[in-house]
Amino acid sequence: MTEQRFAHAINRALDDIMARDPSVVLLGEDIGRAGGVFAATRGLFQKYGPDRVIDMPIAENAIAGVSVGLALGGLRPVAEIMFMDFVALAMDAIVNQAAKLHFMFGGQAAVPLVIRTQHGGGLNAGPQHSQCLEAWFAHIPGLKVVCPATLDDAYALLQAAIEDPNPVLFIENKALYPMKGQLSDTPEPARLGQARIARPGRDVTIVTYGAMLHHALAAAETLATSGIEAEVIDLRTIQPWDEATVLASLTRTHRLVVAHEAVEAFGPGAEIAARMAQVGFNELDGPIVRVGGAFMPVPFSRTLEAQYLPGERQIIDGVNATYG
Amino acid sequence: MSVDDPARAGGGATPPLLDLYERMLTIREAERACGALFAEGAIPGFIHLSDGQEAVSVGVMASLGRQDTIASTHRGHGHALAKGLELHAFFKELMGKADGACKGRGGSMHVADISAGMLGANGIVGGGIAIAVGSALAHKLLKRPAIAVAFFGDGALAEGVLHECLNVAALKDIPVVFVCENNGWSEFSPTSTQIRFTLEKLTAAYGILYRRIDGHYVTGVAETAAEIIRTVRDEGRPAVLECLTTRIRGHYEGDSQRYREPDPQALDPVALALQALTADGADAAALEALAARVRATVEAAVDAARASDEPTLQSAAEDVYAQVSAA
Repeated sequence: MTEQRFAHAINRALDDIMARDPSVVLLGEDIGRAGGVFAATRGLFQKYGPDRVIDMPIAENAIAGVSVGLALGGLRPVAEIMFMDFVALAMDAIVNQAAKLHFMFGGQAAVPLVIRTQHGGGLNAGPQHSQCLEAWFAHIPGLKVVCPATLDDAYALLQAAIEDPNPVLFIENKALYPMKGQLSDTPEPARLGQARIARPGRDVTIVTYGAMLHHALAAAETLATSGIEAEVIDLRTIQPWDEATVLASLTRTHRLVVAHEAVEAFGPGAEIAARMAQVGFNELDGPIVRVGGAFMPVPFSRTLEAQYLPGERQIIDGVNATYG
Repeated sequence: MSVDDPARAGGGATPPLLDLYERMLTIREAERACGALFAEGAIPGFIHLSDGQEAVSVGVMASLGRQDTIASTHRGHGHALAKGLELHAFFKELMGKADGACKGRGGSMHVADISAGMLGANGIVGGGIAIAVGSALAHKLLKRPAIAVAFFGDGALAEGVLHECLNVAALKDIPVVFVCENNGWSEFSPTSTQIRFTLEKLTAAYGILYRRIDGHYVTGVAETAAEIIRTVRDEGRPAVLECLTTRIRGHYEGDSQRYREPDPQALDPVALALQALTADGADAAALEALAARVRATVEAAVDAARASDEPTLQSAAEDVYAQVSAA
């Protein structure tokens, strides 16, 4: 167990899986000699060479499409899309090709492809470098969507994503990269689709993922001072999401808040809230409350972005709202 | 029709015209059957027939072995059959049957045979190009003695992904052949109204080897494709082959083609091959027998497809995701 930065957990996960599986190749913009814009791939080009850490031109559509061909050809490509916003340029390859090939070809071929990218605000990166677009992909049958919050999860979930035979969007939050945390020497292997109870509690369930987990945990500590014990569930995987764990928690707490940085309207929280309203209706003692970004592009200015981003305050308000 | 002959991989001699003719005739008869099945409602959805483009499929595939891979287009029946998709699995797929090549999930626009190196027709114009480039890169990285071919039509010349892929293929020395089937039509519009450039000039900008041929003469296509493919194999870099061809049918079956005048001068590669065989002194009775045999083979496949079962939604649901193998 050592204290590391979040980006290092990604780096070590890639390094370790590349060392043991020669079919894993990385491709993306500036990931090789430059080591990646957030240093997630630093040192890997020097260690594994240009055939396994492939610097690509600024061509997201080709990066994703070539990755589909690599996956069909027997490799396990891990493509990096530098900012999640840029994934809009790669949607055909991801949505029309990668997501559907296994199904559409009658199971003849799998597409073991990981698209690594990062979302989120907090760096004043503005409307085209801050979006949380995970709901786009969670909506597409055939894709999996993963979003880790801790160093051990970043390590273990990335390896699980690479070993998965399906196309996986692996979404890191850019605000987490410099975060220091504990990275186990050998993190527990993770399974996609399995949530984790990050903090047990009896009074209200807060479902979240990614960087918002840390705001939810802070909110839970604050709430505890006023006698409300919140259970915080880190989804870890958004598609498929762990409905059973969420329902079991709701059955204990009878109140539910779903919190994410992504825009609230039509966000992942809408699906979770709708499912729980259906299968957990009799358990609910109050309205299900969603906490998410306001319905506006992520604004640039320090003042505006700070007010825009949901965090501890909004989650506490959300919990209070479940009491009507 | 078989592409199993390993001698063909790596640039063997061009197959005899009679052999090429039989492969083209098989595609033509299959397309004829598709048109009839579509008209009677036995094939649902949209189908785009490749009548007139058989010489490109057969001519290019004559230089590919089973380990080589291709990515195809919405007009992909000829590519699929020439690459080795078996006729029964083909018709069953187009009719949406449980034992079709893709278990009835894809149909005409997604027919694929991964074991034969046919990485799928594609419903997106230009959608297969990057997949072929990636497949070729996989061959290169895994040091397989194989190449990939990206088929696309002239309509795809206006798609941005083509530029990205030509650049990447040139930049990374990827052994892929970009085969443009230029039939002059971008769906319902003449391609001359869609682009301001030529593929030849575009290709020159990337420093990629380029050849243009008349795609109606199968022997010529086969010879030029063999030469191009040999270069790509030997030198491990990309090439572009533009084949001028004819779309005999509409964009899709049922297309009234009100936007198009009939062209009495249009060349038919199957008829041209038959003429050449006859001029070479081929026995008329033998050619008749060959045609009858091809028709019978196609009819048998159609009959088998008609008799096949419909798929179940449960079976489809099981394949939305590939199963994670138990660790």
